[in-house]
Amino acid sequence: MLPEQLKDHPGAAALDAAFPQAITGGHAEHGEPTLFISPGTIVEVCRYLKDQRKFVRLSAITAVDWHPADPRFEVVYLLHSLDEGSRLRLKCWVSESDCEIDSVTGVWRAANWYEREVFDLFGIRFRNHPDLRRILMPTDWVGHPLRKDYPVHGYKYSYQSDMDPTCES
Amino acid sequence: MRELTLNTDTITAVEAEHSVTAPPETSSRRMTLNMGPQHPSTHGVLRVVLELDGETIVLAVPDIGFLHTGIEKECEVKTWQQAVTLTDRVDYLSNLSNNLVYALTVEKLIGDIEIPPRAQWTRVMMAELQRLNSHLVWLGTHALDIGAMTVFFYCFREREDILRIFEMFSGQRMMTSYIRIGGLALEPPRGWQQAVSKFITAFPSKVDEYEELLDNNPIWKRRTQGVGFAPLEDLLDLGVTGPMIRAAGLKWDIRKDEPYSSYEQFDFDVASRTENDVYARYRVRLEEMRQSARIIKQAVEGMPEGAWQANAPKIVLPDREKMKTQMEALIYHFKIVTEGFRVPAGEAYQVVESPRGEIGYYIVSDGTAKPYRVFMRTPSFGNLQALPALLEGRLLADSIASLGSMDFVLGDVDR
Repeated sequence: MLPEQLKDHPGAAALDAAFPQAITGGHAEHGEPTLFISPGTIVEVCRYLKDQRKFVRLSAITAVDWHPADPRFEVVYLLHSLDEGSRLRLKCWVSESDCEIDSVTGVWRAANWYEREVFDLFGIRFRNHPDLRRILMPTDWVGHPLRKDYPVHGYKYSYQSDMDPTCES
Repeated sequence: MRELTLNTDTITAVEAEHSVTAPPETSSRRMTLNMGPQHPSTHGVLRVVLELDGETIVLAVPDIGFLHTGIEKECEVKTWQQAVTLTDRVDYLSNLSNNLVYALTVEKLIGDIEIPPRAQWTRVMMAELQRLNSHLVWLGTHALDIGAMTVFFYCFREREDILRIFEMFSGQRMMTSYIRIGGLALEPPRGWQQAVSKFITAFPSKVDEYEELLDNNPIWKRRTQGVGFAPLEDLLDLGVTGPMIRAAGLKWDIRKDEPYSSYEQFDFDVASRTENDVYARYRVRLEEMRQSARIIKQAVEGMPEGAWQANAPKIVLPDREKMKTQMEALIYHFKIVTEGFRVPAGEAYQVVESPRGEIGYYIVSDGTAKPYRVFMRTPSFGNLQALPALLEGRLLADSIASLGSMDFVLGDVDR
């Protein structure tokens, strides 16, 4: 279902016509078109946007953790079209229990490292990713640091304030 | 297919396998070479595992993360204004671009805040000085990698002048934190026009000097021309931005295409080349230095008068004088410093053209005094992903030239 503000956006309108079931919502906050895509269709939507709507660039993929909400994670795709000079943001909700989404590495090769980063820092797995392993953290690291329930100082070290209850952190 | 994982056991396994399967009639035997993370030509702590067939690189697997400091996570526990100082630490050669993009994104989220023209122009001028600084360090170290030592000293001579200007403006040579939400950290100091215009008048002739030193050097040309080529489509698909993509023939510059901070008022050209090799990247950056000098000159000559901070008492720290005489200013000061200011809930993505390419900050606010999520789309991370495309199938001896031509900063890659 395409929101009112995005009815005039050429990319969004065409996408809605091509995949009527894919768009579950959206907004244009601060003039930045954002579409919520149902996770199962993300690869074909991206393929369509790249091939038919000239979104040749994938700027980045990232995620936002809305702990303790369910579904918990938002995977965010930042797309850029050089011909139209426009940017588009796609979002997919991923729940913690089924923390997986299809990889778009087949559409843009740039997705490779960004998906590895999201996997590393959020623990979201990407199906059919050619090389899904940690990229920034050491390979034997436990936990995913950018999750909201992960303490800023990590689990590895103990601090004075943890041991001494009279010491305020 | 990349089967090689960065586990030492598997590397040995790959090595062992090749030593067995290599046909005995040829003398070629594949070997795995570990380059970095302490290799001086990797410009920091990049590790690349290279698989070689004789002198040719068959497989290059970059290994990053040695400088990962969790800046994005740390932003979530700082107030909006405190996080500015963290953006400096992302990339030591483009702190002002990082300050700028952070400030622009937060200002977009705040919405009703108007940055006065003088602040915008000063931001542009400082960002361009930063570009010169970054390109100078790049040119000096890149030439040094390839064996031309003199250029390094020349470049660092001019860089010193730029750092002095930064110190004059912000009190800091490198971690300037000069661009803040709502304007600048300090009013431009007395006499800045003389300092900047003295530097910028002399600078174009210095660029000619570097050009002469390198372009008349046949070794430099032989080492760079035709080296490090990768098709434009591949580079785009791999997420490459900035001078690298412009050297591949794409005239795309965010300062022109999505102007920010009043860049549309400046007259400059976008440098681009079509050869798409190490030499072309050098030419593009050299031309960008000349164009930056043009922008800075315009900024010095046409700098608007007026306020250097937005009129937003709830966001911008009050003037010291007002703080001592006005009750309200003191209250705002106390509130901003102790609990910070709130930013309306929402999300925004803003991009700027840094010396290395597209920096984009995607910031989510939940309406509190601290950012909910700060994602930094750093150009070095995007560019470095194309490294295998530049190295594979080429000679090992050219890898240093290709690597240097990408101009990445490892802090920017790992954040």
